[in-house]
Amino acid sequence: MDKFESRSRITGIGMSQVGRRLGVDPVGLAIDACIAALADAGLTRRDIDGLACHMGPVSSDGYSGAGIIDVEEVLRIHPRWFVSGHEMAGHSGPLLQAALAIAAGLCRHVLIFRCTWETTALARARSDRDPAPQAPWVEGDHQWRLPFGAFSPANWIALYADRHFNKYGTTREQLGAIALNARANAALNAYAVYKDPLTMDDYLSARMISTPLGLYDCDVPCDGAVAMVLSAADAARDTRRPNPIRIEAMGGQTTERWSWDQDTIDHEPLMKGAASSMWARTDLKPADVAMAQIYDGFTFNCLSWIETLGFCPTGEGGRFVEGGTRIALDGELPINTHGGQLSAGRLQGYGFLHEACVQLWGEAGDRQVPGDPQVSVVTTGGGAPGGAILLTQG
Amino acid sequence: MERPYPRLTPENAFFWTSGSDGTLRFLRCASCGHFLHPPLPRCPICLGSKIASVAVSGRAKVVARTINHHAWHAAFPPPYLIALVEIAEAPYVRLTTRIINCEPDEVEIGAPVRVVFERQGPAWLPLFELEPK
Ligand SMILES: [Zn+2]
Repeated sequence: MDKFESRSRITGIGMSQVGRRLGVDPVGLAIDACIAALADAGLTRRDIDGLACHMGPVSSDGYSGAGIIDVEEVLRIHPRWFVSGHEMAGHSGPLLQAALAIAAGLCRHVLIFRCTWETTALARARSDRDPAPQAPWVEGDHQWRLPFGAFSPANWIALYADRHFNKYGTTREQLGAIALNARANAALNAYAVYKDPLTMDDYLSARMISTPLGLYDCDVPCDGAVAMVLSAADAARDTRRPNPIRIEAMGGQTTERWSWDQDTIDHEPLMKGAASSMWARTDLKPADVAMAQIYDGFTFNCLSWIETLGFCPTGEGGRFVEGGTRIALDGELPINTHGGQLSAGRLQGYGFLHEACVQLWGEAGDRQVPGDPQVSVVTTGGGAPGGAILLTQG
Repeated sequence: MERPYPRLTPENAFFWTSGSDGTLRFLRCASCGHFLHPPLPRCPICLGSKIASVAVSGRAKVVARTINHHAWHAAFPPPYLIALVEIAEAPYVRLTTRIINCEPDEVEIGAPVRVVFERQGPAWLPLFELEPK
């Protein structure tokens, strides 16, 4: 199949400082990540002719730390093509868009970035001497949940977990295996937010957030930015590494209602279409995948992706991860080898993309997956639309 | 601190004020009978535009529940039970809501419940309670 994915390569990745309450301008973090990605690719900003970003302009809630407008004001790329937004195939949607732009011949080298500064934004809001008045009302999609005390995705996703526990016999210890695996991997990752050892006792005795999800089922907000350079396949020859990463397939179809409560409730919604449309574009099968860097905003999201991607039958995810050996660094399917968002920090999906590249290039040091891994699946999102990507060694 | 309430608009006011007479209502397509929730201006099944609110019994079934233990909001002291219920007349219509007048751990998946409204700002929030055994 002649497919758009085969016309581009990932040629460089970069990351800013990552941490809790860094107290710095998030646009600076985004620029740091962009400069690092350019250096990694062996390019300069003059080589870049496209920009892509998930979310949009820097926002005071911390969810976005930089948009195209913020980065372009510094880098002065003068992009021939750019895209930014939220209604995309997962947080990784801009990568799919950029691959299309490259395949269409619009761009040679696209700089893709995502920045978040939730912890600093929250600290600022708490210390603000002149806080913006908070409306007592809610509107849009939030009106259907917040007035009932369902304030957080922790509540909405706990409802799916409750279904899964009841329908399939999934247990807290099984979800705990995902949290413990993330923490064990984070201990080998210099930028991870939480590296202290986590035991099953710690996990089970931590305070409950929303049954059956406890504290360690929830990911950790942070400040930080990730950037990557996506280059046209022929232009990739001008970059630093001899083996830029190939994109085997990308999927971002939505086959369910865009709703937290009206359609799929046995799983995290809006994953199935992403997974099936990715597999439809490749001859590779789940058994060919050497590692999975998959969205774990909550442990349950990770379990949902394991099942949805076909690594085990629906309902078997709990038994698949139980004990943690199968998903460990040296297991049959290493998962979230950097510590995931659960322990490394909530880089809004871009930690997974970054880690897949580091691993496929064999540059992961102490946490390198053994056996020269050739294929990684990366997923982002769910709940909001999900995105699924299959990356391979160049 | 006040609990948040939905901002009323011409599109959603029928739903949020429906409880003023103790009745739960949803939009329904006059052409094919499909219930529309959240409110939509056209029917996603037949694309019909003849859409009106209709009363339902207020009976529902719990399909998922979670006991919230975290203090997200000063006016919502934990613990409290959040549930997903499906409406008797149209099981594909669900509400995220609270089950009240019982202990949080009394609510099982499959439990029949009925609507009970709670005034919040300009809205009547459809909460639910367990049907008497
Ligand atoms: Zn209709």
